[in-house]
Amino acid sequence: MESIFGLHERALQVRSERQQVLANNLANADTPNFKARDVDWRKQLSAAQDDMQRTPYKPDMQKTNSRHIDGFADFTTEDYLKFRMPTQAALDGNTVEAHIEKAQFMENAMQYQASLEFINGRITGIRGALRGE
Amino acid sequence: MSMFRTLDISATGLHAQTIRLNTIASNMANVDSISSNAQDTFRGKKPVFETIMDEATGLPAGGVKIKDIVENKAPLKMEYMPNHPMADDKGYIYRPNVNVVEEMADMMSASRTYQTNIEVMNTSKQLLLRTIQMGK
Repeated sequence: MESIFGLHERALQVRSERQQVLANNLANADTPNFKARDVDWRKQLSAAQDDMQRTPYKPDMQKTNSRHIDGFADFTTEDYLKFRMPTQAALDGNTVEAHIEKAQFMENAMQYQASLEFINGRITGIRGALRGE
Repeated sequence: MSMFRTLDISATGLHAQTIRLNTIASNMANVDSISSNAQDTFRGKKPVFETIMDEATGLPAGGVKIKDIVENKAPLKMEYMPNHPMADDKGYIYRPNVNVVEEMADMMSASRTYQTNIEVMNTSKQLLLRTIQMGK
């Protein structure tokens, strides 16, 4: 069965992972040689889309024994993490630029809320259908 | 669950900045700790930050920690004050190598980063609360 929330569920996961990456950048604003990172959102989303089109909601955990239960592999953004290109590199090798990171963080928070709204909309729709209103 | 991880990461940031503020406070408090020889004189201290690495993946993903607290290598300030009770045989007293202006600038930076981490926590908290209320 395909998830009733479609891509929004994946989007929410990517958003919350990205929130973590950006929070880590901001926490490391004073760490020498720290390189700021971000999620390549476009690639991540298209990968998720491809994944869903090929086999909708497939369990992608490997089974090495016939008695293993179907499961879903943990969703991770690790493969899509890229280093941020700094506009002005600091002398200590740190590439965190607080204003840029903060702007990205805020943007991501808004988009997370948007994804939540979409999911809430779906829930309201399904509720309506169940009630026969 | 990664929204809870965000809170952990920001908490490590708060902790690291607190230690930085503490060392700054100690430096500032000791700015007039004079001494009659170079060995006993207070030297400015500064924390060195380090990213917490994820052991499984080797990627930086888990916040920040204090790697070490290093002493300022700058020379001490010698002052010729033969009448001072702490003066050595040649009439010198030694002052710590703490630069008050530098410390103030460092303090501003630490307090700004502290604030940023708090803001990140607040935003994450709001998102978490909204997620919990999903479908209501």
